[in-house]
Amino acid sequence: MTQRVAVIDYGMGNLHSVASALEHAGALEVTVTHDHAAISKADRVVFPGVGGIRDCMDAIRGLGCDQLLEQAITVERKPVLAICVGMQSLMTTSEENGGVVCLNQVPGEVTFFGSPHRASDGARLKVPHMGWNQVVQKRAHPLWAGIESGTHFYFVHSYHVVPNDPDLVVGTFDYGLSGCAALARDNVFATQFHPEKSHQAGLTLLKNFLSWDGTC
Amino acid sequence: MALAKRIIPCLDVDRGRVVKGVNFVGIRDAGDPVEIARRYNEEGADEITFLDITASHEERDTTVQTVEQIAREVFIPLTVGGGIRALQDIRTMLNAGADKVSINTAAIHDPDLVSAAAARFGSQCIVVAIDVKRVSEPESLPRYELFTHGGRKPTGIEAVSWAKKMAALGAGELLLTSMDRDGTRDGFELTITREITDSVDIPVIASGGVGTLQHLADGVTQGGADAVLAASIFHFGEYTVREAKQFMASKGIPMRL
Repeated sequence: MTQRVAVIDYGMGNLHSVASALEHAGALEVTVTHDHAAISKADRVVFPGVGGIRDCMDAIRGLGCDQLLEQAITVERKPVLAICVGMQSLMTTSEENGGVVCLNQVPGEVTFFGSPHRASDGARLKVPHMGWNQVVQKRAHPLWAGIESGTHFYFVHSYHVVPNDPDLVVGTFDYGLSGCAALARDNVFATQFHPEKSHQAGLTLLKNFLSWDGTC
Repeated sequence: MALAKRIIPCLDVDRGRVVKGVNFVGIRDAGDPVEIARRYNEEGADEITFLDITASHEERDTTVQTVEQIAREVFIPLTVGGGIRALQDIRTMLNAGADKVSINTAAIHDPDLVSAAAARFGSQCIVVAIDVKRVSEPESLPRYELFTHGGRKPTGIEAVSWAKKMAALGAGELLLTSMDRDGTRDGFELTITREITDSVDIPVIASGGVGTLQHLADGVTQGGADAVLAASIFHFGEYTVREAKQFMASKGIPMRL
Protein backbone atom coordinates (compact mmCIF):
# COMPACT_ATOMS: atom_id res chain seq x y z
CA MET A 1 0.00 0.00 0.00
CA THR A 2 1.35 3.40 -0.89
CA GLN A 3 1.91 5.73 1.95
CA ARG A 4 1.57 9.25 0.64
CA VAL A 5 0.27 11.29 3.52
CA ALA A 6 -1.10 14.80 3.43
CA VAL A 7 -0.95 16.73 6.69
CA ILE A 8 -3.52 19.49 6.47
CA ASP A 9 -1.85 22.82 7.19
CA TYR A 10 -4.21 25.63 8.10
CA GLY A 11 -1.50 27.84 9.52
CA MET A 12 -2.08 27.22 13.20
CA GLY A 13 1.35 26.18 14.30
CA ASN A 14 4.12 23.71 14.06
CA LEU A 15 3.29 20.67 11.96
CA HIS A 16 6.86 19.53 11.52
CA SER A 17 6.68 17.20 14.48
CA VAL A 18 3.62 15.49 13.02
CA ALA A 19 5.35 15.23 9.64
CA SER A 20 8.65 13.94 11.02
CA ALA A 21 6.90 11.41 13.27
CA LEU A 22 4.99 10.11 10.23
CA GLU A 23 8.25 9.81 8.30
CA HIS A 24 9.85 8.06 11.24
CA ALA A 25 6.87 5.68 11.30
CA GLY A 26 7.51 4.77 7.67
CA ALA A 27 5.55 7.19 5.48
CA LEU A 28 7.17 7.43 2.06
CA GLU A 29 6.02 10.93 1.31
CA VAL A 30 4.58 13.46 3.70
CA THR A 31 3.19 16.71 2.38
CA VAL A 32 2.23 19.52 4.73
CA THR A 33 -0.30 21.49 2.73
CA HIS A 34 -3.74 22.99 2.27
CA ASP A 35 -3.56 22.61 -1.49
CA HIS A 36 -6.66 20.78 -2.68
CA ALA A 37 -4.89 18.92 -5.48
CA ALA A 38 -2.11 17.70 -3.19
CA ILE A 39 -4.57 16.45 -0.62
CA SER A 40 -6.67 14.81 -3.27
CA LYS A 41 -3.59 12.88 -4.49
CA ALA A 42 -2.67 11.63 -1.03
CA ASP A 43 -3.59 8.14 0.12
CA ARG A 44 -4.37 9.25 3.63
CA VAL A 45 -4.92 12.48 5.49
CA VAL A 46 -3.80 13.74 8.89
CA PHE A 47 -5.76 16.61 10.42
CA PRO A 48 -3.75 18.07 13.31
CA GLY A 49 -4.44 21.16 15.34
CA VAL A 50 -3.18 23.32 18.15
CA GLY A 51 -4.37 26.55 19.70
CA GLY A 52 -7.77 28.04 20.30
CA ILE A 53 -10.77 26.55 18.49
CA ARG A 54 -12.12 29.85 17.18
CA ASP A 55 -8.91 30.74 15.36
CA CYS A 56 -8.64 27.16 14.14
CA MET A 57 -12.17 27.11 12.74
CA ASP A 58 -11.69 30.51 11.11
CA ALA A 59 -8.49 29.29 9.46
CA ILE A 60 -10.04 25.95 8.45
CA ARG A 61 -13.00 27.66 6.77
CA GLY A 62 -10.91 30.50 5.38
CA LEU A 63 -8.69 28.05 3.52
CA GLY A 64 -11.50 25.74 2.48
CA CYS A 65 -10.13 22.93 4.62
CA ASP A 66 -13.67 22.11 5.73
CA GLN A 67 -14.50 21.10 2.16
CA LEU A 68 -11.23 19.20 1.84
CA LEU A 69 -12.07 17.16 4.89
CA GLU A 70 -15.61 16.56 3.76
CA GLN A 71 -14.22 15.34 0.45
CA ALA A 72 -11.60 13.08 2.07
CA ILE A 73 -13.94 11.66 4.69
CA THR A 74 -17.24 11.14 2.93
CA VAL A 75 -16.51 11.17 -0.80
CA GLU A 76 -13.03 9.69 -1.27
CA ARG A 77 -13.32 7.74 1.98
CA LYS A 78 -9.62 7.91 2.73
CA PRO A 79 -8.20 6.97 6.09
CA VAL A 80 -8.23 10.18 8.13
CA LEU A 81 -6.43 10.72 11.43
CA ALA A 82 -7.50 13.79 13.43
CA ILE A 83 -5.34 14.90 16.35
CA CYS A 84 -6.21 17.03 19.39
CA VAL A 85 -7.87 20.26 18.18
CA GLY A 86 -8.25 18.48 14.83
CA MET A 87 -10.42 15.94 16.63
CA GLN A 88 -12.33 18.69 18.44
CA SER A 89 -12.97 20.49 15.14
CA LEU A 90 -14.82 17.44 13.83
CA MET A 91 -17.52 17.81 16.47
CA THR A 92 -20.70 19.92 16.27
CA THR A 93 -19.86 22.72 18.69
CA SER A 94 -17.22 23.65 21.25
CA GLU A 95 -17.64 25.56 24.51
CA GLU A 96 -14.23 27.15 24.04
CA ASN A 97 -13.94 30.88 23.20
CA GLY A 98 -17.55 31.48 24.25
CA GLY A 99 -19.00 28.84 21.94
CA VAL A 100 -17.86 27.94 18.44
CA VAL A 101 -19.66 26.06 15.68
CA CYS A 102 -17.46 23.25 14.38
CA LEU A 103 -17.60 20.89 11.40
CA ASN A 104 -20.27 18.47 12.63
CA GLN A 105 -18.52 15.55 10.97
CA VAL A 106 -19.01 13.69 14.24
CA PRO A 107 -22.12 14.88 16.11
CA GLY A 108 -21.25 15.85 19.66
CA GLU A 109 -19.88 18.56 21.91
CA VAL A 110 -16.50 19.78 23.09
CA THR A 111 -16.74 20.68 26.77
CA PHE A 112 -14.49 22.30 29.39
CA PHE A 113 -13.05 20.26 32.25
CA GLY A 114 -14.26 22.87 34.72
CA SER A 115 -12.46 25.17 37.11
CA PRO A 116 -11.75 24.02 39.68
CA HIS A 117 -11.73 20.52 38.27
CA ARG A 118 -11.78 17.80 40.91
CA ALA A 119 -11.14 14.08 41.14
CA SER A 120 -13.81 11.83 42.63
CA ASP A 121 -11.97 11.97 45.99
CA GLY A 122 -12.15 15.77 45.95
CA ALA A 123 -8.49 16.30 45.02
CA ARG A 124 -7.92 19.34 42.84
CA LEU A 125 -6.84 18.52 39.28
CA LYS A 126 -4.81 20.93 37.20
CA VAL A 127 -6.22 22.22 33.92
CA PRO A 128 -4.91 21.87 31.22
CA HIS A 129 -4.78 18.10 31.47
CA MET A 130 -1.12 18.05 30.58
CA GLY A 131 1.16 15.05 30.53
CA TRP A 132 1.12 11.30 30.12
CA ASN A 133 -2.09 9.51 30.92
CA GLN A 134 -3.21 5.95 30.38
CA VAL A 135 -5.55 5.15 27.52
CA VAL A 136 -7.95 2.30 28.16
CA GLN A 137 -9.07 0.69 24.94
CA LYS A 138 -12.84 0.30 24.78
CA ARG A 139 -12.82 -1.88 21.73
CA ALA A 140 -10.44 -3.40 19.25
CA HIS A 141 -9.35 -1.28 16.32
CA PRO A 142 -6.59 -1.73 13.71
CA LEU A 143 -4.86 1.40 15.06
CA TRP A 144 -4.46 -0.23 18.48
CA ALA A 145 -2.44 -3.12 17.00
CA GLY A 146 0.62 -3.83 19.15
CA ILE A 147 -0.44 -1.28 21.79
CA GLU A 148 -1.65 -2.57 25.12
CA SER A 149 -4.71 -1.14 26.80
CA GLY A 150 -3.51 1.16 29.60
CA THR A 151 -0.51 2.47 27.66
CA HIS A 152 0.44 6.10 28.39
CA PHE A 153 -0.01 8.77 25.72
CA TYR A 154 0.80 12.48 25.87
CA PHE A 155 -2.14 14.83 26.36
CA VAL A 156 -2.38 18.59 26.55
CA HIS A 157 -5.88 20.07 26.49
CA SER A 158 -8.45 21.90 28.59
CA TYR A 159 -11.51 20.79 26.60
CA HIS A 160 -12.58 17.26 25.74
CA VAL A 161 -14.99 15.74 23.25
CA VAL A 162 -18.27 14.04 24.07
CA PRO A 163 -19.68 12.36 20.96
CA ASN A 164 -23.45 11.88 20.88
CA ASP A 165 -22.93 8.24 20.03
CA PRO A 166 -20.94 6.74 22.93
CA ASP A 167 -20.17 3.68 20.83
CA LEU A 168 -17.74 5.75 18.77
CA VAL A 169 -15.39 5.98 21.76
CA VAL A 170 -12.53 3.50 21.28
CA GLY A 171 -10.30 4.73 24.11
CA THR A 172 -10.78 6.62 27.36
CA PHE A 173 -8.63 8.51 29.84
CA ASP A 174 -9.37 9.03 33.51
CA TYR A 175 -9.02 12.62 34.76
CA GLY A 176 -11.76 13.42 37.21
CA LEU A 177 -14.09 11.94 34.60
CA SER A 178 -13.87 9.25 31.99
CA GLY A 179 -12.99 11.24 28.88
CA CYS A 180 -12.80 10.33 25.22
CA ALA A 181 -9.14 9.72 24.37
CA ALA A 182 -9.89 8.33 20.91
CA LEU A 183 -12.90 7.82 18.71
CA ALA A 184 -13.39 5.93 15.50
CA ARG A 185 -16.05 5.83 12.82
CA ASP A 186 -15.54 4.09 9.51
CA ASN A 187 -12.48 5.68 7.88
CA VAL A 188 -11.96 8.30 10.61
CA PHE A 189 -9.80 7.83 13.70
CA ALA A 190 -9.37 10.75 16.07
CA THR A 191 -7.20 11.14 19.15
CA GLN A 192 -7.27 13.73 21.91
CA PHE A 193 -3.67 12.78 22.74
CA HIS A 194 -0.69 13.55 20.53
CA PRO A 195 0.67 10.36 18.94
CA GLU A 196 3.53 12.41 17.46
CA LYS A 197 4.64 13.26 21.00
CA SER A 198 3.90 9.90 22.60
CA HIS A 199 7.24 8.22 22.01
CA GLN A 200 7.12 4.53 21.03
CA ALA A 201 3.39 4.03 21.57
CA GLY A 202 2.62 7.05 19.41
CA LEU A 203 4.92 5.92 16.63
CA THR A 204 3.27 2.49 16.70
CA LEU A 205 -0.15 4.11 16.32
CA LEU A 206 1.09 6.20 13.38
CA LYS A 207 2.62 3.12 11.79
CA ASN A 208 -0.74 1.37 12.17
CA PHE A 209 -2.45 4.35 10.57
CA LEU A 210 -0.08 4.11 7.58
CA SER A 211 -1.13 0.53 6.87
CA TRP A 212 -4.81 0.95 7.77
CA ASP A 213 -7.32 0.38 4.97
CA GLY A 214 -9.90 2.65 6.61
CA THR A 215 -12.24 -0.03 7.87
CA CYS A 216 -12.96 -0.94 11.47
CA MET B 1 -5.21 5.07 36.36
CA ALA B 2 -3.85 8.52 36.87
CA LEU B 3 -2.02 11.25 35.08
CA ALA B 4 1.66 10.41 35.49
CA LYS B 5 4.09 12.82 37.13
CA ARG B 6 6.78 13.85 34.69
CA ILE B 7 10.56 13.79 34.79
CA ILE B 8 12.05 16.46 32.59
CA PRO B 9 15.79 16.42 31.95
CA CYS B 10 17.00 19.93 31.23
CA LEU B 11 19.69 20.86 28.76
CA ASP B 12 21.32 24.18 29.59
CA VAL B 13 22.96 25.05 26.31
CA ASP B 14 25.70 27.59 25.79
CA ARG B 15 26.88 28.15 22.23
CA GLY B 16 25.74 24.73 21.10
CA ARG B 17 27.06 22.72 24.06
CA VAL B 18 25.22 21.37 27.10
CA VAL B 19 26.67 22.89 30.24
CA LYS B 20 25.72 22.99 33.88
CA GLY B 21 27.25 25.07 36.61
CA VAL B 22 26.85 25.57 40.33
CA ASN B 23 24.55 28.57 40.85
CA PHE B 24 25.11 29.32 37.16
CA VAL B 25 28.86 29.88 37.70
CA GLY B 26 31.69 27.37 37.25
CA ILE B 27 30.32 25.83 34.12
CA ARG B 28 31.06 22.18 33.21
CA ASP B 29 30.74 20.85 29.69
CA ALA B 30 28.33 17.91 29.39
CA GLY B 31 28.27 17.38 25.66
CA ASP B 32 26.30 17.59 22.46
CA PRO B 33 22.63 18.52 23.00
CA VAL B 34 21.26 16.37 20.19
CA GLU B 35 23.09 13.28 21.42
CA ILE B 36 22.02 13.89 25.00
CA ALA B 37 18.40 14.53 24.02
CA ARG B 38 18.39 11.28 22.06
CA ARG B 39 19.72 9.37 25.07
CA TYR B 40 17.11 10.85 27.42
CA ASN B 41 14.39 10.05 24.91
CA GLU B 42 15.54 6.41 24.84
CA GLU B 43 15.71 6.28 28.63
CA GLY B 44 12.05 7.27 28.89
CA ALA B 45 12.19 10.99 29.64
CA ASP B 46 8.66 12.43 29.69
CA GLU B 47 9.71 15.72 28.11
CA ILE B 48 12.90 17.60 27.40
CA THR B 49 13.59 21.21 28.24
CA PHE B 50 16.22 23.11 26.32
CA LEU B 51 17.39 26.36 27.90
CA ASP B 52 19.60 28.54 25.78
CA ILE B 53 21.71 30.26 28.42
CA THR B 54 23.77 32.36 26.03
CA ALA B 55 20.76 33.59 24.15
CA SER B 56 22.58 36.41 22.47
CA HIS B 57 21.08 37.26 19.13
CA GLU B 58 24.20 36.12 17.25
CA GLU B 59 23.90 32.61 18.65
CA ARG B 60 20.19 32.34 17.95
CA ASP B 61 20.67 30.50 14.65
CA THR B 62 22.69 27.76 16.33
CA THR B 63 19.88 27.26 18.80
CA VAL B 64 17.25 27.06 16.08
CA GLN B 65 19.29 24.45 14.22
CA THR B 66 19.81 22.39 17.37
CA VAL B 67 16.10 22.52 18.17
CA GLU B 68 15.32 21.40 14.62
CA GLN B 69 17.71 18.48 14.92
CA ILE B 70 16.30 17.38 18.27
CA ALA B 71 12.70 17.70 17.08
CA ARG B 72 13.41 15.52 14.05
CA GLU B 73 14.28 12.51 16.14
CA VAL B 74 12.83 12.97 19.59
CA PHE B 75 9.11 12.24 19.73
CA ILE B 76 8.31 13.57 23.16
CA PRO B 77 7.42 17.17 24.06
CA LEU B 78 10.23 19.68 23.77
CA THR B 79 10.27 23.02 25.58
CA VAL B 80 12.67 25.75 24.53
CA GLY B 81 13.56 28.73 26.67
CA GLY B 82 16.15 31.47 26.87
CA GLY B 83 15.99 34.76 25.06
CA ILE B 84 12.29 34.54 24.17
CA ARG B 85 11.34 38.21 24.01
CA ALA B 86 8.66 38.61 21.37
CA LEU B 87 5.90 36.77 19.54
CA GLN B 88 8.27 36.34 16.61
CA ASP B 89 10.78 34.46 18.83
CA ILE B 90 7.99 32.11 19.88
CA ARG B 91 6.95 31.51 16.30
CA THR B 92 10.56 30.80 15.31
CA MET B 93 10.97 28.20 18.04
CA LEU B 94 7.60 26.53 17.40
CA ASN B 95 8.42 26.36 13.71
CA ALA B 96 11.79 24.84 14.55
CA GLY B 97 9.92 22.03 16.30
CA ALA B 98 9.49 23.17 19.89
CA ASP B 99 6.16 22.21 21.46
CA LYS B 100 6.34 24.84 24.16
CA VAL B 101 8.39 27.92 24.81
CA SER B 102 9.45 29.17 28.17
CA ILE B 103 9.24 32.92 28.77
CA ASN B 104 11.24 34.34 31.64
CA THR B 105 12.61 37.89 31.82
CA ALA B 106 10.41 39.15 29.00
CA ALA B 107 7.31 38.31 31.05
CA ILE B 108 8.61 40.60 33.79
CA HIS B 109 9.30 43.47 31.42
CA ASP B 110 6.09 42.95 29.47
CA PRO B 111 3.45 40.74 31.13
CA ASP B 112 1.16 41.34 28.17
CA LEU B 113 3.51 39.22 26.08
CA VAL B 114 2.17 36.21 28.00
CA SER B 115 -1.47 36.97 27.22
CA ALA B 116 -0.67 37.84 23.61
CA ALA B 117 1.32 34.63 23.20
CA ALA B 118 -1.40 32.51 24.80
CA ALA B 119 -4.03 34.10 22.57
CA ARG B 120 -1.96 33.61 19.44
CA PHE B 121 -0.39 30.18 20.01
CA GLY B 122 -2.55 28.69 22.76
CA SER B 123 -1.85 28.39 26.49
CA GLN B 124 -0.66 24.82 26.00
CA CYS B 125 2.62 26.03 24.55
CA ILE B 126 3.31 28.94 26.87
CA VAL B 127 5.44 28.15 29.91
CA VAL B 128 6.39 30.98 32.23
CA ALA B 129 9.69 30.47 34.00
CA ILE B 130 9.87 31.95 37.47
CA ASP B 131 13.31 32.26 39.08
CA VAL B 132 12.98 32.96 42.78
CA LYS B 133 15.15 33.60 45.81
CA ARG B 134 14.19 33.70 49.44
CA VAL B 135 14.53 37.29 50.60
CA SER B 136 13.34 36.95 54.22
CA GLU B 137 15.54 36.22 57.22
CA PRO B 138 15.84 32.53 58.17
CA GLU B 139 13.54 32.72 61.24
CA SER B 140 10.94 35.07 59.77
CA LEU B 141 7.92 34.32 57.60
CA PRO B 142 9.27 33.14 54.25
CA ARG B 143 9.07 35.59 51.38
CA TYR B 144 10.31 34.83 47.90
CA GLU B 145 10.92 37.28 45.11
CA LEU B 146 11.70 37.02 41.42
CA PHE B 147 15.28 37.47 40.29
CA THR B 148 16.66 37.89 36.79
CA HIS B 149 20.09 37.52 35.22
CA GLY B 150 20.76 34.06 36.63
CA GLY B 151 19.72 35.11 40.12
CA ARG B 152 21.85 38.22 40.35
CA LYS B 153 19.27 40.93 39.84
CA PRO B 154 16.33 41.42 42.23
CA THR B 155 13.01 42.63 40.86
CA GLY B 156 11.05 43.19 44.07
CA ILE B 157 8.21 41.09 42.65
CA GLU B 158 6.67 38.65 45.13
CA ALA B 159 6.65 35.09 43.78
CA VAL B 160 3.19 33.73 44.65
CA SER B 161 1.22 36.73 43.44
CA TRP B 162 3.32 36.70 40.27
CA ALA B 163 2.55 33.01 39.69
CA LYS B 164 -1.19 33.73 40.01
CA LYS B 165 -0.92 36.66 37.66
CA MET B 166 0.87 34.58 35.03
CA ALA B 167 -1.77 31.86 35.27
CA ALA B 168 -4.50 34.48 34.90
CA LEU B 169 -2.79 35.93 31.83
CA GLY B 170 -2.89 32.55 30.11
CA ALA B 171 0.32 30.70 30.94
CA GLY B 172 -0.25 26.96 30.47
CA GLU B 173 2.43 25.89 32.90
CA LEU B 174 4.95 27.35 35.34
CA LEU B 175 8.61 26.40 35.60
CA LEU B 176 9.67 27.33 39.11
CA THR B 177 13.40 27.50 39.80
CA SER B 178 14.93 28.26 43.16
CA MET B 179 18.05 30.26 42.45
CA ASP B 180 19.20 29.57 46.01
CA ARG B 181 19.21 25.86 45.25
CA ASP B 182 20.10 25.73 41.57
CA GLY B 183 23.28 23.72 41.13
CA THR B 184 23.69 23.05 44.87
CA ARG B 185 22.34 19.47 44.90
CA ASP B 186 20.58 20.23 48.21
CA GLY B 187 17.11 19.43 46.89
CA PHE B 188 14.20 21.58 45.74
CA GLU B 189 13.11 24.60 47.77
CA LEU B 190 9.92 22.82 48.85
CA THR B 191 8.26 25.67 50.76
CA ILE B 192 7.78 27.94 47.77
CA THR B 193 7.09 24.98 45.47
CA ARG B 194 4.18 23.90 47.65
CA GLU B 195 2.91 27.44 48.04
CA ILE B 196 2.80 28.03 44.30
CA THR B 197 1.39 24.62 43.33
CA ASP B 198 -1.42 25.23 45.82
CA SER B 199 -2.08 28.73 44.48
CA VAL B 200 -2.58 28.04 40.77
CA ASP B 201 -4.72 25.65 38.73
CA ILE B 202 -2.09 25.12 36.03
CA PRO B 203 0.72 22.53 36.25
CA VAL B 204 3.95 23.49 38.00
CA ILE B 205 7.42 22.10 37.24
CA ALA B 206 9.83 22.14 40.18
CA SER B 207 13.42 22.97 39.37
CA GLY B 208 16.71 23.79 41.03
CA GLY B 209 18.81 21.76 43.43
CA VAL B 210 18.27 18.09 42.62
CA GLY B 211 21.15 15.96 43.89
CA THR B 212 19.45 12.65 44.68
CA LEU B 213 16.48 10.60 43.49
CA GLN B 214 14.77 11.26 46.81
CA HIS B 215 14.83 14.97 45.96
CA LEU B 216 12.82 14.25 42.81
CA ALA B 217 10.22 12.31 44.79
CA ASP B 218 10.07 15.06 47.43
CA GLY B 219 9.27 17.63 44.74
CA VAL B 220 6.07 15.73 44.00
CA THR B 221 5.06 14.37 47.40
CA GLN B 222 6.02 17.43 49.48
CA GLY B 223 6.23 20.21 46.92
CA GLY B 224 3.08 19.11 45.10
CA ALA B 225 4.77 19.57 41.72
CA ASP B 226 3.28 18.05 38.58
CA ALA B 227 6.70 17.56 37.03
CA VAL B 228 10.29 17.67 38.22
CA LEU B 229 13.20 19.02 36.25
CA ALA B 230 16.84 18.12 36.74
CA ALA B 231 20.05 18.47 34.80
CA SER B 232 23.36 17.46 36.31
CA ILE B 233 22.27 14.21 37.99
CA PHE B 234 21.44 12.90 34.51
CA HIS B 235 24.17 14.57 32.44
CA PHE B 236 27.10 13.05 34.22
CA GLY B 237 25.68 9.56 34.31
CA GLU B 238 24.98 9.30 38.04
CA TYR B 239 21.45 8.17 37.36
CA THR B 240 19.53 7.34 34.24
CA VAL B 241 16.10 8.82 33.69
CA ARG B 242 14.74 5.29 33.88
CA GLU B 243 16.26 4.71 37.32
CA ALA B 244 14.76 7.99 38.49
CA LYS B 245 11.31 7.00 37.23
CA GLN B 246 11.52 3.57 38.81
CA PHE B 247 12.56 5.13 42.11
CA MET B 248 9.64 7.55 42.06
CA ALA B 249 7.21 4.76 41.16
CA SER B 250 8.55 2.74 44.11
CA LYS B 251 7.49 5.66 46.33
CA GLY B 252 3.92 5.32 45.08
CA ILE B 253 4.07 8.18 42.59
CA PRO B 254 2.19 7.51 39.33
CA MET B 255 4.82 7.33 36.59
CA ARG B 256 4.97 6.25 32.96
CA LEU B 257 7.42 3.34 33.05
